[in-house]
Amino acid sequence: MIPWLVALPILVPFVTAILAFVAGRSLEVKRWISVAGAAALLAVGLLLIHQVYQHGILVGAMGDWPPPFGIALVVDFLSAIMVAITGITGLAVAVYALADVDRSEEHVGFHPLFHLLLGGVCGAFTTGDMFNLYVWFEVMLISSFALLVLGSRKAQIDGAVKYVALNLVSTVLFLVAVGLLYGMTGTLNMADLHLTIPQVENQGLVTAVALMFIVAFGIKSALFPLFFWLPAAYHTPSVSVSAIFSALLTKVGVYALIRVFTLIFTQDVGYTHNLLLIIAGITMLTGVLGAAAQNEFRRILSFHIVSQIGYMIMGLALYTPLGVMGAVFYVVHHIIVKANLFLVSGVANRLTGSFELKKIGGLYKSQPFVAVLFLVPAFSLAGLPPLSGFWAKLVLVQAGLEIDSYLIVATALLVGLLTIYSMTKIWNEAFWKPHPDEIEPGTGAVALSRRDYILLTAPIAGMAALTVIIGLWTEPFILLATSAAEQLLNPDAYVQAVLGVRP
Amino acid sequence: MQSLILSTATRFLTGLMLVFSVFLLLRGHNEPGGGFVGSLVASTAFALYAIALGAKAVRRAVRVEPRMLVMVGLAFAIAGGLLALITGAPLFTGVWLDIPLPGGGELHVGSPLIFDVGVYLVVVGAVLTVILTMEEEIS
Amino acid sequence: MEVVLSCVVGIMIAASIYLMLGRNLVKFLFGLILLSNAANLAIFTSGRLTWGAPPLIPEGALVPISDIANALPQALILTAIVISFGLLAFALVLAYCAYQELGTVDTDEMRVAEPETEFAKRANRVWRALLVPRDRAP
Repeated sequence: MIPWLVALPILVPFVTAILAFVAGRSLEVKRWISVAGAAALLAVGLLLIHQVYQHGILVGAMGDWPPPFGIALVVDFLSAIMVAITGITGLAVAVYALADVDRSEEHVGFHPLFHLLLGGVCGAFTTGDMFNLYVWFEVMLISSFALLVLGSRKAQIDGAVKYVALNLVSTVLFLVAVGLLYGMTGTLNMADLHLTIPQVENQGLVTAVALMFIVAFGIKSALFPLFFWLPAAYHTPSVSVSAIFSALLTKVGVYALIRVFTLIFTQDVGYTHNLLLIIAGITMLTGVLGAAAQNEFRRILSFHIVSQIGYMIMGLALYTPLGVMGAVFYVVHHIIVKANLFLVSGVANRLTGSFELKKIGGLYKSQPFVAVLFLVPAFSLAGLPPLSGFWAKLVLVQAGLEIDSYLIVATALLVGLLTIYSMTKIWNEAFWKPHPDEIEPGTGAVALSRRDYILLTAPIAGMAALTVIIGLWTEPFILLATSAAEQLLNPDAYVQAVLGVRP
Repeated sequence: MQSLILSTATRFLTGLMLVFSVFLLLRGHNEPGGGFVGSLVASTAFALYAIALGAKAVRRAVRVEPRMLVMVGLAFAIAGGLLALITGAPLFTGVWLDIPLPGGGELHVGSPLIFDVGVYLVVVGAVLTVILTMEEEIS
Repeated sequence: MEVVLSCVVGIMIAASIYLMLGRNLVKFLFGLILLSNAANLAIFTSGRLTWGAPPLIPEGALVPISDIANALPQALILTAIVISFGLLAFALVLAYCAYQELGTVDTDEMRVAEPETEFAKRANRVWRALLVPRDRAP
């Protein structure tokens, strides 16, 4: 039973993608297949969390080859949480896309590509094998390439060149690192690696390979100084694509870093994790300063992804139970909030006609509901109580204070302050000041049909509600994140579940 | 540029290469060959066809949209994995069947072949998409 | 033999980095192709080399009779080749589209998605004035 269960997060999106492609010419059918598939993925994610809660870590050996010889899919709390959160954003964006993506782009294959992307992401979250992780990264990458250039506007091609170039370099680095890891240990199963890495004679070499993984995953997760592809590309495709990218792609890199640096490379924490901590601090700062210099809605948000990634890596780098718990909690909070802000930027564009802050305005007066929908995730991003971002930042700050890392805590607090500055800028320009062309948002040339308005705002409202719920009713989420962190910091249970031996 | 020699030779070569690619596909499980290698030979055949007779001719010859091939291939690959469901074994476990042939002997077929056919279709579809896009863009 | 192959990997990576540092997108692509081949060779080398013993089991036997080459790195490389083949094909088409749409393969001139701001222009001028020798300044 279990091998089937752990494979569901991969099977559901792939089957959805195939159905959405072969569903004939009717767009309506494709659309509902897409939404139903995303909802099914969410259900699978919740089911997995429940199952992990009941039975502990779930392991499925593919092809009946016992690990470490075959590929094993492993679902622990972190994996299950990530799948569930992928389902949530997938569902929200799938609904939003119904009113956002151009008809022509839907005909070219938006829906199948979207679900292939989700499949790749979920595959990366559930696999227990390094090389298999590489394969899922590629599945995710190739579908993200195709989604990025869908529509082939000039800016998209331009952004895609940079995105593709840097991500391909990261891919090859990852591959070389996997090769060297195999050369050192003779295995690629993550649990087996946990056992064999301490036996490698030349521990210096292990650290060198660990650094290669930091660079490879660092490009994926947009760490300083490897983040330049992100703000170059994320504002170019349609809003649905931006939103799902912002929610998931970098977070797969973060997930891989968390997995690898809690399970495999823990032999030289003093070096690797301290390096990560420094990188985290600089990443936060550069991201938020970069955002301060921007005047385009989505570009500001893109730079904020970079700065938020810094917080997650900070949690991992502190490498205490509270720190890792904070990192997990932050990932969940960030995925919801950031995707939501991108979705809001799309609505603002539809209502006022541009993403350029200088060219828009007047949203607060004519669309107070949209203004509220912006304020909730924006405040949450900046970390104002009682929203989810407040708790996420609080946990991280506490974790930093606990082990006297005052510098990183000070950086985190300062960056939080600067985030408010950016959000205020968007608020002032897009919502507060009157429209420079004296257009009433949402009327005339920029009017929205009733169907579009509902389809665009419903997912935003849902995600905003989720932020508020996590903020007000924090305990279960904190408990879940704590269990995930416990599993991550005590890999023995993971190893035993996969290999069936007590290490 | 239309070359009579090339286009005449292509008609023979394409067919030959396609047959060879299927041969490679079928012997793949136990001997060198397999879905990917076979599909590369098939893609080379179509590439040659495209160079000699143009992208339109390839589209006519293939009949289906190349991206449809990718998706159908993906469906085959997943179906090959899901076949294990019948025996209750974990996903992607090989399911083998010995079909007795008239005149003695047995045909040993299994789900890995279905998976390989999937790979074959995915790669042919993907390569065709790229080749045809390039060919149509340039000319 | 491992030493020789490791050196080859090193040379290939050095050459590919030289190519990728160029501004020309096509050169970058060539560098990337070289780099992915170097990666495959690296995997192959780190799987240890066995001379002249293909990982094939003779007919009728259930296990290999003598020592054979490690088949796993070969499987990994084959997978990696398939993947990089797809990715590079896409990158090639993208480079061609970029040339068609943007009219250039110089990555410094691709500024449609990120237009140069006034501030950046001024910063660049200061930068050049400080770093580029006066007689070679454009």
